[in-house]
Amino acid sequence: MVDNNKFIVSHAPFWHDGSRISTRNYNMALAAFPAILLGIIYYGMPAVGVVSLSISSAIIWEFIFCRVTKRSITIGDGNAAIIGMILGMLLPATAPWWLVIIGTFVAVIIGKQIYGGIGANPFNPVVVAMAILMISWTDIFDFNEALINYDLDFAMVYPLAALKHFGVSAVDSFSMGDLLMGKQSGGIGSTFGLGLIAGGIYLIIKGIIRWEIALSFLAGVFITALLFNITDPASYAGPVVHLFAGYTLIGAFFLATEDSSSPVNFIPMLIYGACTGFLTVLIRNIGVYVDGVIFAILIMNLVNPLLDKISPKAIGKVA
Amino acid sequence: MIKKSFIGLAKPHLEYERLEDTPKIEKIPNPEKVTFLIDALYNKKKALLKKGAAVKTGQKLAVYENKYDYFTSSVAGKVSSLSSYPGNFGKSYTAIEVEVADGETDDQFSQVANKPSIDNISDFLAFSPGNPSIKSFSNSEKPINSIVVCGVDQDLLITTNQYVVKSNIEAVKKGIEILKAVTRVDNIILVVSEAQAQSVSSSGTGIKIKQVDSKYPAALPQLIAKNLLGKVIPAGKTCEDMGICFISAEAVASIGDAFEKGHIPTTKILTLIKKDGSKVLVSAKIGTPVGNIFETLNITVNEKDKIIFGGPMTGSAVYSLDHPVQPDTDAIIVQDKEDIPVFSNYPCINCGECVRICPANIQINLLVRFLETGQYQEAADQYDLYSCIECGLCSYVCVSGMPIFQYIRSAKYELGRANTAEATNG
Repeated sequence: MVDNNKFIVSHAPFWHDGSRISTRNYNMALAAFPAILLGIIYYGMPAVGVVSLSISSAIIWEFIFCRVTKRSITIGDGNAAIIGMILGMLLPATAPWWLVIIGTFVAVIIGKQIYGGIGANPFNPVVVAMAILMISWTDIFDFNEALINYDLDFAMVYPLAALKHFGVSAVDSFSMGDLLMGKQSGGIGSTFGLGLIAGGIYLIIKGIIRWEIALSFLAGVFITALLFNITDPASYAGPVVHLFAGYTLIGAFFLATEDSSSPVNFIPMLIYGACTGFLTVLIRNIGVYVDGVIFAILIMNLVNPLLDKISPKAIGKVA
Repeated sequence: MIKKSFIGLAKPHLEYERLEDTPKIEKIPNPEKVTFLIDALYNKKKALLKKGAAVKTGQKLAVYENKYDYFTSSVAGKVSSLSSYPGNFGKSYTAIEVEVADGETDDQFSQVANKPSIDNISDFLAFSPGNPSIKSFSNSEKPINSIVVCGVDQDLLITTNQYVVKSNIEAVKKGIEILKAVTRVDNIILVVSEAQAQSVSSSGTGIKIKQVDSKYPAALPQLIAKNLLGKVIPAGKTCEDMGICFISAEAVASIGDAFEKGHIPTTKILTLIKKDGSKVLVSAKIGTPVGNIFETLNITVNEKDKIIFGGPMTGSAVYSLDHPVQPDTDAIIVQDKEDIPVFSNYPCINCGECVRICPANIQINLLVRFLETGQYQEAADQYDLYSCIECGLCSYVCVSGMPIFQYIRSAKYELGRANTAEATNG
């Protein structure tokens, strides 16, 4: 039989479930969209500007870095876009353009690429960038001051700052419904609780983020805040405020769950999430910073490799 | 191909194929040429068989001095060439091509067929359908104390062994009796699928029957040993090392049939999976080139398609339509070029899908980082490389599209090679 067809040979398995990094990231963008949309409705064009600049500059930084280091261009996987997007969600609508560009530089280059790119970063790139920005330009992240020119139909108060400076009575006016509907001041995409929860549930159902981390983080925040509240209700706010104000929800669903910097085994995921929640409330209640989510995640990123040592024994392991 | 469902939270559910009713078997006529592959390096000078030699159907033909280097011709004709045939992982076979002609059937085996013994099985039946793994019985250092007869197929989509159990249970029983008598191993169990457990156990006789879960990879030898026999195979050891011999139902049926009928079976049953996913059970002479099977069944293969010998998770792709059906070829898959998954050189993003699906609990996210950089010894020492039972699920779910399974296999291969080199030099 004469046959000159050439066949493709490769190794097993010959099936793949069809999941891709790009699909994952586009789904993440989809999940984040409702929260961003409400931010844009509230804060208008400046919010559009910040988020757009953040996404585009993150992509450009990644492109430049890949070019300079002569690696294949990886912007197509959507990871840089997601980094930019989440960073934009954390920033106030009034963030100046240079802050956004510095932020994405730190996130993409220092947070991710210098370690070897996607999957090799020990810390969540967005969290690294936010930590540096928050420490360097404190004023910009004072949401009350930053958003002073906005007059929306709700109290333009950043609940956590009010809590820190004026005590529990200052946050009494926030009902759970208001907090969930984003009627509080804060980052562009981090105030719309309901949208973030919906996005988070979508990502959990799709199997893109690990529910163990998100839920244990929220449980950690809830329990720690409750314990503080029980011991001294006059100085420590109840768990509801802690759950739905500041970066808690975006932290639970979009920051703490970043693949590379979080554990993959069941028990380590629970410990990681719960400790992050615990540290968050600890920093908020007795630390100097208004919000503790960023630093809590950064600290737990550091512990992550150790936590992931708690793994089930491989079958047939001799030792 | 089974894609990830919308709800990605659930683990992918890969079920073994169930054989519900007895399907029709497509018989492939004798081809003009057949090829036999022997697991030995081609050596023209040492070859006992010469070009032009006449062969009979069912004749045992020694190729080299070594007692196991023989094949059983499935056709009559004459040897038209001997050559070297490259396989996977640097393996090299001796290929013996036989031109088919009319001729008689050999009666060498029929003279010993009334007295079954280990020697008779290993001298005559090693090349019969199902590839009876009788070598392990002759190893006195590692005695076998359990025999597992697999009436299920190890990989997805395949129904070959289930078909044998369904259609030829008498031969399987006969084979088990013979094995019991000649090996003096009492603990022989027949592993069957859930669908067949009922009918097999109701067919009588005192064979021990165990059911295997229908979820992949429950039918892999290491998992059968662990779940059904309660014996965990230590990392780096084989099932034979631990005294468990796995043998397919088809192989046992071959043994049963051979001693019952007095001649060596030469027809292999295999599952053929077409491009559209439909399955046909085929019976073909061992040595039939895969191209002939396609021709008979009107299957067209185009440039850049893929032909796979074995199942979708653990099989191996072949590069030529001349590749012959071998005694252990349980399935042939034709994959359209549109359906071939793309593997990439993307790094691990640490999503943990592989860790959560691994049936051997290996920390693949860490292991793969060592394998990528060629640090095989560290991978073996610290990250459980040898615990891998080779199911391929890690590559199947990998979001980055890494060829993890191939990394693992080549690491094992390279380490094995390094160790052999050390042993011979040191």
